[in-house]
Amino acid sequence: MTITTSVNGNVSAATASAAASAAATAEASGPQSLTMAKALNTAMADAMRVDSSVLVFGEDVGMLGGVFRITDGLMAEFGEQRCFDTPLAESGIVGMAVGMAINGMRPVIEMQFDAFAYPAFEQIVSHVAKMHNRTKGKLKMPMVIRVPYAGGIGGVEHHCDSSESYYAHTAGLKVYTPATVADGYRMLREAIDSDDPVMFMEPKKLYWSKDQVDLGALRAEHDAGTSTEGRAAVARPGTDATLIAYGPSVPTALAAAAAAAEEGRSLEVIDVRTLVPFDDETVCASVRKTGRAVVIAEAHGFASVSSEIVARVQERTFHYLAAPVLRVTGFDVPFPSPKLEHYYLPSVDRILDAVDDLQWED
Amino acid sequence: MTIHADHSAPETAVEDPAADVRAKFGISVEDYMLPARHQIQMVNPDGTLRSRDEQGTEPGHEYPTPSDAELMAAYEQLVVGRRVNDQNSALVRQGRMAVYPSSHGQEACQVAAAMCLSEGDWLFPTYRDAVAVMTRGVDPVEVMTIFRGDWHGGYDPKEHKVGIQCTPLTTQLLHAVGVAHAAKLRGEDTVVMAMCGDGATSEGDFHEALNFAAVFHLPVIFFVQNNKYAISVPLSHQSVAPSLAHKAVGYGMAGERVDGNDLVALLAVMDRAVKLAREGSGPLLIEAHTYRMQAHTNADDATRYRPDSEVAEWQAKDPLARMKSYLTDKGLLSDEASNRIAEHAEAVATQLREGLGEDVPVQPLDLFKYVFSKPTPQLKEQSELLAGELAREEGAK
Repeated sequence: MTITTSVNGNVSAATASAAASAAATAEASGPQSLTMAKALNTAMADAMRVDSSVLVFGEDVGMLGGVFRITDGLMAEFGEQRCFDTPLAESGIVGMAVGMAINGMRPVIEMQFDAFAYPAFEQIVSHVAKMHNRTKGKLKMPMVIRVPYAGGIGGVEHHCDSSESYYAHTAGLKVYTPATVADGYRMLREAIDSDDPVMFMEPKKLYWSKDQVDLGALRAEHDAGTSTEGRAAVARPGTDATLIAYGPSVPTALAAAAAAAEEGRSLEVIDVRTLVPFDDETVCASVRKTGRAVVIAEAHGFASVSSEIVARVQERTFHYLAAPVLRVTGFDVPFPSPKLEHYYLPSVDRILDAVDDLQWED
Repeated sequence: MTIHADHSAPETAVEDPAADVRAKFGISVEDYMLPARHQIQMVNPDGTLRSRDEQGTEPGHEYPTPSDAELMAAYEQLVVGRRVNDQNSALVRQGRMAVYPSSHGQEACQVAAAMCLSEGDWLFPTYRDAVAVMTRGVDPVEVMTIFRGDWHGGYDPKEHKVGIQCTPLTTQLLHAVGVAHAAKLRGEDTVVMAMCGDGATSEGDFHEALNFAAVFHLPVIFFVQNNKYAISVPLSHQSVAPSLAHKAVGYGMAGERVDGNDLVALLAVMDRAVKLAREGSGPLLIEAHTYRMQAHTNADDATRYRPDSEVAEWQAKDPLARMKSYLTDKGLLSDEASNRIAEHAEAVATQLREGLGEDVPVQPLDLFKYVFSKPTPQLKEQSELLAGELAREEGAK
């Protein structure tokens, strides 16, 4: 692979090595140890290789490779025309992406941090979400808005919001949130392919989580058109109760299930994967089987995605339930400082306590 | 839909803008970016041509007079536009249309904004720019879709290269920037006209759009129709800049002021702006001084916030009367031509009356049809619920 010199002719050593490492990942075959960050990065690079209308832009995504390095090496490989930094203005980034999507491009834009996306709220809600409807399907909005979201990293204020409910509540937006390294690759490829706008919520605390992943197999899966949209995953099978989680809460739910297993309780863990569209079928099949459910989410509980999940589950599985569907969520308070975040975040203990409250007969 | 782009685009900035301007106009880049000392005006309100030294031009801000053929074609659209405005206002009064934000008095701006563009260019209008959209060639009845209270924008934006009119302010300026940016990346020489009003210049997206266009050096013309009022709030409450055109230099682009009721000056300034943008000189800001002769919409009462004397003052500057006497004095506008143009305008008015007189049957299930490209199971479920209700209603008849 050749490294194209950027417009101003100064590819730094760091950028060059990033591009070289991207190429090495791309060419590796068989299972390899990969972070979520690298999986997302590879998904973008792969999409950019096969479709020249895919563009990546936002704040600091070029030379720096993004504040979380998710766009590392893309500018070096694809040049400043296709991966570039914008002025520091989120409404501008999203609004420009709308125009580019109108004119034949597939923008993949980064919002840097959850709470920094709010200036773009009007563009997202009034245009990204509604353009297809307002034009009777004449204009599609094939764009991905990547949002690093949620806490667990000891971030300062305005850097740890769980904003998924705002987007999920907006008609016309699809909302994806991967929880595993493989899903990071799978779902981002699918989001980029989608002709609908996708709010791609990336749990920032999982960026550095590692897994053994076979990129070759994932690429083949993508090329075969396998879809995860609207398909929840059974992250861990079980029989006694169902833990329903998504994004940053999935690993916590899995840890709780592992701890419960030691006490002889078999918990099934469902990873919702896409909040919009929601997979009623898989979630409810699990609850019908176990008869008990706890919904886990890091976001505040009030008027949230977790409220929606509880409502949907009880509407569809009422006669199978042995206990009320419970929730373990963040408190209805502003996301706390690093010293207090541990009290706010759903924990294994809090989940196990909720499971204990599911009116067991023994 | 995927377009395989050729990314052999020009660089995102001119090597040396100052040298570029010096070569083109022989003036400094600051003198080029700052508007001329006076607004550009070529024809007096009474229809007489102003002498060169009265036109407000100075080195780097000199504009050739548009051709007779262009002026005649534009005048015809001006007459049609006025008829459209008044017909639509009448339709609202008759209850055949929900709302109409009239551009009565601003028709010269409307016509110039559309006529200076080529077929491959794009136009991003505001909700008050229905006449510009029609001038661009969109079917008049389709343009009125939103204002008759329908849920969609009517026309196909891609077919005419016209954005959908919408009520949020200045959001479309960023869409214009995006369209221009995509075109530039593919090496296409598209020019994009991005329209807004004086009130909209206070919005954040106005600032972001101008800055993005300047930084990425995009062929966007920002056309501000300064009609002096944002609903009821006068210009003095929006901005204390020397003029709205002066805002351009802050972003590193050229600004110009023009008499927005002088179609000759408008076409001259806009034609040159399009040419410069197409040549790769970057974005421009044009401020047109005009006046909203009628209320904000039919739901508004303009007598509450502006004096009759001011309205009368602007009545005397009417763009139609001015153009008519100018063309008549030049011997271009015969009685025969005048009659033919009036007939054309009447034909469009008839089309509007007939088109908007028809009751468009609503399709309740359309609610779900276009929300997504790939519908969700949830929407399918809700659609089936409504379909069942409709079937029961039908059965009860």
